[in-house]
Amino acid sequence: MKLKGIQMTANQSSEMIDLKLDRKDFVSDQEVRWCPGCGDYSILAQMQKMVPNLGVPRENFVFISGIGCSSRFPYYMNTYGFHSIHGRAPAVATGVKLANPDLKVFVVTGDGDGLSIGGNHLIHAIRRNVDLNIILFNNRIYGLTKGQFSPTSEMGKKTKSTPYGSIDNPINPLCVAIAAEATFVARAIDIDTKHLGETLERAANHRGTSFVEVYQNCNIFNDGAFNDFTERTKRADQVLYLEDGKPMRFGKDLEKGIAIQGFSPEVVEIGENYSIEDLLIHNESLSEPTLAYLLTRLHFPEFPVPVGVFRNVEKPEYSDLCRDQIHAAQEKEGKGNLEKLLNSGDTWTVS
Amino acid sequence: MSTETELSTPTMETQKPTVEIQSAVIRFAGDSGDGMQLTGTQFTNTTAVFGNDISTLPDFPAEIRAPAGSLPGVSGFQINFGSQEIRTPGDRPDVLVAMNPAALKVNLADLVEGGTVIVNEDSFQASNLDKAGYESNPLDDGSLEGYRVIRIPLTTLTLNAIKDTGLDRKQGQRCKNFFALGVVYWMYDRPLDHTLNWIQSKFGRNPAVLEANTAALKHGFNYAETTEIFTTHYSIRKASLAPGKYRNLTGNQAIALGAVTAMEKSGRELFYGSYPITPASEILQELSRYKKFGVKTFQAEDEIAAIGAALGASFAGGIGLTGTSGPGVALKGEFIGLAVMTELPLVIVNIQRGGPSTGLPTKTEQSDLFQAIYGRNGECPVPVIAACSPGDCFWSVLEAFRIAMKYMTPVMLLSDGYLANGSEPWRIPSLEDLPDLSFPNATDQDTFQPYARDEKTLSRPWAIPGTPGLEHRIGGLEKQHLTGNVSYDPQNHDNMVRLRAKKVAGIAQDIPPTEIYGDPEGDALIVGWGGTRGAITSATEQLRAKGLAVSSIHIRHINPLPPDLTDIFSRFKKVFVAEINLGQLWTYLRATLLLDSISINQVRGKPFMIQEIMKKVEEQL
Ligand code: SF4
Repeated sequence: MKLKGIQMTANQSSEMIDLKLDRKDFVSDQEVRWCPGCGDYSILAQMQKMVPNLGVPRENFVFISGIGCSSRFPYYMNTYGFHSIHGRAPAVATGVKLANPDLKVFVVTGDGDGLSIGGNHLIHAIRRNVDLNIILFNNRIYGLTKGQFSPTSEMGKKTKSTPYGSIDNPINPLCVAIAAEATFVARAIDIDTKHLGETLERAANHRGTSFVEVYQNCNIFNDGAFNDFTERTKRADQVLYLEDGKPMRFGKDLEKGIAIQGFSPEVVEIGENYSIEDLLIHNESLSEPTLAYLLTRLHFPEFPVPVGVFRNVEKPEYSDLCRDQIHAAQEKEGKGNLEKLLNSGDTWTVS
Repeated sequence: MSTETELSTPTMETQKPTVEIQSAVIRFAGDSGDGMQLTGTQFTNTTAVFGNDISTLPDFPAEIRAPAGSLPGVSGFQINFGSQEIRTPGDRPDVLVAMNPAALKVNLADLVEGGTVIVNEDSFQASNLDKAGYESNPLDDGSLEGYRVIRIPLTTLTLNAIKDTGLDRKQGQRCKNFFALGVVYWMYDRPLDHTLNWIQSKFGRNPAVLEANTAALKHGFNYAETTEIFTTHYSIRKASLAPGKYRNLTGNQAIALGAVTAMEKSGRELFYGSYPITPASEILQELSRYKKFGVKTFQAEDEIAAIGAALGASFAGGIGLTGTSGPGVALKGEFIGLAVMTELPLVIVNIQRGGPSTGLPTKTEQSDLFQAIYGRNGECPVPVIAACSPGDCFWSVLEAFRIAMKYMTPVMLLSDGYLANGSEPWRIPSLEDLPDLSFPNATDQDTFQPYARDEKTLSRPWAIPGTPGLEHRIGGLEKQHLTGNVSYDPQNHDNMVRLRAKKVAGIAQDIPPTEIYGDPEGDALIVGWGGTRGAITSATEQLRAKGLAVSSIHIRHINPLPPDLTDIFSRFKKVFVAEINLGQLWTYLRATLLLDSISINQVRGKPFMIQEIMKKVEEQL
């Protein structure tokens, strides 16, 4: 099983053209069965549009999911796919990637799948920095089981299993990823399609674990969960688009920004008291994740919701480390010889 | 080398008379920190290389270091060796080496009547006696009457032996297990070379410790030779094993070797996903040493991830293996179901231990048979095979992988704590003796259907990511026949459930005829599975020697069962099923083959004694 790998480097653009793949090549023959109007459709469309840009042959893509609405995703991608069990997709994906590091492996998960039942696997895949592209569809509800609160549901949320309101403190997916030392962390919004596509592409081009949270509307059980900031008319004022190396500005005329006072961020108006120079400058590649973490703590409505790439750093990738260790051992000790191995240790002969 | 001495080939030069015997059982027992496992292993390897047949039973507490001198802290290692075929570690030791009062207290009851006790006299002082719960000193109060007691001031003698090495008292005392080993080597006329070489390679970088252990071992040997306490020593001839090259192997080492062999013979990469658990962790440790073979080992965050990653590796075309013990299998259940549904090859090794729950982690049991056969949701057939000796673990892994790949199915391989840690001489196979495990991947774009089936095996194609044109999706939802698309169709589900069951049942076509030990018909047949083979075979042998018409069989393939069992059972008046649980195989045979049989069972965390099987059979004949 030796496959020719296509490494994701910039100088391979010629190869990308040669593959002649487009969106349609990635649409499977399966009828999509999400509820009409579900945010999942948009994520699927952006994914199918984005993957041909990666310069990877179609047969080298593997989409792996757990259980939940989002986890039906692999069925709709005309690639290799594995719809595994609840919460465990990162584990399966780690095995796939280690067994064949030339594969381009995506993990599609949701807030329940990835953060509740599968929280353990998520953090361990991230801390190992396995080259997986993890896309977490966060709709703050259990959709497939018909409307119970999820680990990202707000305090007080009334759902089928919390008729008196949820008393669970919600978890912040990006904080978890950063705490697990994620090397690529981003957030996008289902209906902001262009930005979503760009974010997915940047994540896919990252070597190591990339973690993307996508705010996804479940129009059946949690409709409008993100409307306060995702609606087209509100986005300019309520969403902060992070751009590497640029000051953090938002508002219709970019008249507002994020500055820092002591350890605390604050929203400031550019004008009399503050100038652009006073604003925080985004830097994705700081070795310490403090800034990225601070950004994950900007809570709506006191702050705009940051989207884009929070963090993007280079660290040794797990399947590379695994392969390197084998190569080093083979170089030092020579390739394994089965006959020698069987005959090793204390032996004696009976005649 | 400084360890070359006049003592390295002592056999012929000794002054005292030698008595030839056929076999002996020795148990070394002491505190967890006394190095009893090491001592036992050294005796085992020396004896194996010497050419005796051998079987061992390490027995250690679950606590790493229980309080020194306490009863729970006692660790033991039993060795049965002889010139005849040795199948079990021995019912009862002939010689007990007790390093402290607690070790004596825990082990004395097992000793044969009139057996020999070698004690470290120095350790029988008030505080240790107290910790062991002795009200008076058993060495003096007559309670050891009926045994041959050899009192050796092991601590004092060891400290004398090592006084020139520069080690302090505390370090020096640690060498006393080597002194004791030297004594026992003399008693059984064993050469010191093997252990001296081992000490050299282990402590070569630490001259003081090297010298001290060497001195302790030699002084022990000399002490036995020169003092008058020991009048005779015993010699045991080499066993007449089948010709060939041998090495000593524990069950867990055998599994690791077998897995590397399966990798080489299949031409695929081995992926071992595991989470540390007693008594399976050695497999992970062993396999992680075989990097130069390209073995990929993955110590996962938990049992579930361990099997999930192994299944992912199989999906990607490697051979996935995961090893654990019963509690771990409980956690892996959902993934085993997924492997059944996605019809991917995977081997799950269960080194059974005492249960339920955490149970007896370091003790052996066979109580996960139901779990192996039935322990999942849905109609979820999984082939189950069981290894029957430490060395057989090697062959069982190969068989498990063969079934897994040929039939595209997860396979459960059962071992147990006794097989895992116990050892026996293993005849090293030549490469030609090994089965070919190459099974092709699917490549044909024109005919490919993910759930099309091979006519003979009913297995589906193995189409691995990276193969152009075979892109497809699999998962845990019910599959449509042929296309593999998700299907909720009632008739399709019924068909698929039956197909999966039929596929696994069809593995029976590969099972060779069952070997019968003894005559093919008679008054009684003893049926066993797994690690009890040695005890059952020996019991059968001894019952036959008494003139009883008893035979025995050992079942390796448990699901599906060998097709010839009903015929065999019909030729015996009574059938006994012996196992270390409350009758799981007994129930299974009754359920599947309507076999009316008698259950012989015990669940003490220990292997069967030959005598207890014999007694149960004799009572009923
Ligand atoms: S239940 Fe919600 S998340 Fe699930 S498919 Fe329907 S709209 Fe989408």
